[in-house]
Amino acid sequence: MELNGAQIVIQSLKDEGVEYIFGYPGGAVLHLYDAIFQQDDVKHILVRHEQGATHAADGYARSTGKPGVVLVTSGPGATNAVTGIATAYMDSIPMVVISGQVPSAVIGSDAFQEVDMVGITRPCVKHNFLVKDVTKIAETIKKAFYVATSGRPGPVVIDIPKDITAPDVKVSYSYPKKVEMRSYHPATTGNKGQIKKAIELLLTAQRPVIYSGGGVVLGEGSQELIELAHLLGFPVTQTLMGLGAFPSTDKQFIGMLGMHGTYEANMTMHESDLILAIGARFDDRVTGKLDLFCPYAKIIHVDIDPASISKTVKVGVPIVGEVKLVIRQLIDGLKEAKYKIDKKAAESWWQQVNQWRSIQCLEFDRNSRAIKPQFVIEQMYEVTRGEAFVTSDVGQHQMWAAQYYPFDKPRRWINSGGLGTMGFGLPAAIGVKLAHPDADVACVTGDASIQMCIQELSTALQYKTPIKIINLNNNYLGMVRQWQEFSYESRYSHSYMETIPDFVKLAEAYGHVGIRIDKPEDVRPALEKAFAMKDRTVFLDILTDRTENVYPMIETGKSHHDMKLRVAIGTTTDRELS
Amino acid sequence: MRHVIAILIENEAGALSRVAGLFSARGYNIESLTVAPTEDASLSRMTLVTRGSEDVVEQIIKQLNKLIDVVKLIDLEETIHIERELMLVKIKTADKMRDELRSVVDIFRGKIIDVTPTSYVIEMTGTSDKLDAFIATVDKNSIIEVVRSGATGISRGEKGLHL
Repeated sequence: MELNGAQIVIQSLKDEGVEYIFGYPGGAVLHLYDAIFQQDDVKHILVRHEQGATHAADGYARSTGKPGVVLVTSGPGATNAVTGIATAYMDSIPMVVISGQVPSAVIGSDAFQEVDMVGITRPCVKHNFLVKDVTKIAETIKKAFYVATSGRPGPVVIDIPKDITAPDVKVSYSYPKKVEMRSYHPATTGNKGQIKKAIELLLTAQRPVIYSGGGVVLGEGSQELIELAHLLGFPVTQTLMGLGAFPSTDKQFIGMLGMHGTYEANMTMHESDLILAIGARFDDRVTGKLDLFCPYAKIIHVDIDPASISKTVKVGVPIVGEVKLVIRQLIDGLKEAKYKIDKKAAESWWQQVNQWRSIQCLEFDRNSRAIKPQFVIEQMYEVTRGEAFVTSDVGQHQMWAAQYYPFDKPRRWINSGGLGTMGFGLPAAIGVKLAHPDADVACVTGDASIQMCIQELSTALQYKTPIKIINLNNNYLGMVRQWQEFSYESRYSHSYMETIPDFVKLAEAYGHVGIRIDKPEDVRPALEKAFAMKDRTVFLDILTDRTENVYPMIETGKSHHDMKLRVAIGTTTDRELS
Repeated sequence: MRHVIAILIENEAGALSRVAGLFSARGYNIESLTVAPTEDASLSRMTLVTRGSEDVVEQIIKQLNKLIDVVKLIDLEETIHIERELMLVKIKTADKMRDELRSVVDIFRGKIIDVTPTSYVIEMTGTSDKLDAFIATVDKNSIIEVVRSGATGISRGEKGLHL
């Protein structure tokens, strides 16, 4: 088959099984857009800003496990995509980004809309390519998908100069079935000796805990994790990125850990004598002050990326491999060793854990005259029966969504954990909805975050992706304000927005339904109404308690057992109403 | 601790900047870095000298291995190895100094490869320490310029870094 470069790109994507491209046209990719126009197999979603394209592709990838695909033009198109690429990189999300480049002959001459995309993205991609020859396009695309989706996944950029996709240069095309790279061999099973050492520790632990992260979601290890946890009977805590891999409603689940984790999760970590870390990376938001991190614990660390092991916290038993395979090895090893739960030790450990649980650190004032954001999330959980896909932006609302919506399945909780990208939630929700047209998709956001990619409301209308936007509107940059309250004697420097748009009118202007809610008793009916409108995007602008804070909180420089808790639960009603 | 890391890397545009970029992005220090193609034209060999605690060097090696273009690498500190660096030094030479300088060059097994009535260019190879020692021996004010290749290294014996 003889094809030109542009046709090869699109045909390769089709042969790779790509359903959607999220993109925005421009000069350097006009040949590619012409090739897109002449076929129907790969659908193109026209966003309103390239950042939106990357986040939408990201949401698609996180909710399906399949790589997200982005197409942008050179120069500003490419740089606009960088935030979304870095977002995907920090959370190890498989993504392939094709960027147009100025023609080969003028690269380096500061041509119109020229930018060194390969150079700019180098520190925030798993790998990137500059295609210099039309005959290399198919192979490069195959490599890009292979690298993006295997091992520890991540974004891969393919920069293609305009002349490489020219319509008049045709070459023979065949899409490679497999690709070998001599320099790239992702790990598979764990080292047997290390597995044996791990089993010995698991057999003798008195105060153990499982700490699992996003790697279990990405590595499809959820079923294996559940089996292992039930076999061991250990308490399970999960990171922000790991939520859902182990069911939040399981009685062994003790909540998220870290800066805004539960009291019981952080105390369990702190007092434990053995941590089984799976697909987690000891991020600073999880560990708190490193010198004080889990002083009594031996650590087993399972991760696909050797560089994640002993990066911040030294571990005793590192196991490099795919979580799914390594957990299976652990289960087999435990069964072989005739593992039985040490009832006496387990009983006294659980008694301790349950005592920590009993302080009910997530309790909040349910009699407040103002709408409590936590209450909104709880109500949303009930209305969606816990089965929605929930995307979020970044800030207080993100933490409340993580704390008050117990996810029971992986890939349902979609947020920017590593980079913390405001503006992520709305476009991500569009990507999720395209992948799961029959599911409820909610974007939990705030009045500041939503404005960072609000233009994508227009995309949601064009492609009929009915999502529900839950805007926890407190007229503040809430998380910034909270830090200023705690650490800067309430000097609210630029964390207050004097003017915010009328979100109801804005939603309507974009062709959607807008509803404003300012009383607690209206929350439930409005949520029910919104989720019942299956074919409309609904923007719920919910005016919440303006000065509510996220608790518990481990402040900077503190450790797991030194948490700031909500003081005098039930008496914090003296909050101003907006 | 000083570590000499030998790296086989795909001989492709941008491969060097991936390594250099990794060091600057993660705040590791590079003492010296040399790179040139090998007998296999598709591969370049890099010798990188860095300093850091054992933990930092362990991370450096893991992060280097993670770069897709890096095919193989070895920390030469873990083997018995040989290091050589090439240095060219241009020195101002007054008449009465010339003989003395020649004998110092001989002691260091260097060569004088360019002579003018007022200058020598001296070529010298050896470990970086030896080159430092030579520089320390020569009158500082007489040095016009110094160019050093940075260390290269190879392990002793039959074992080697190859595909």
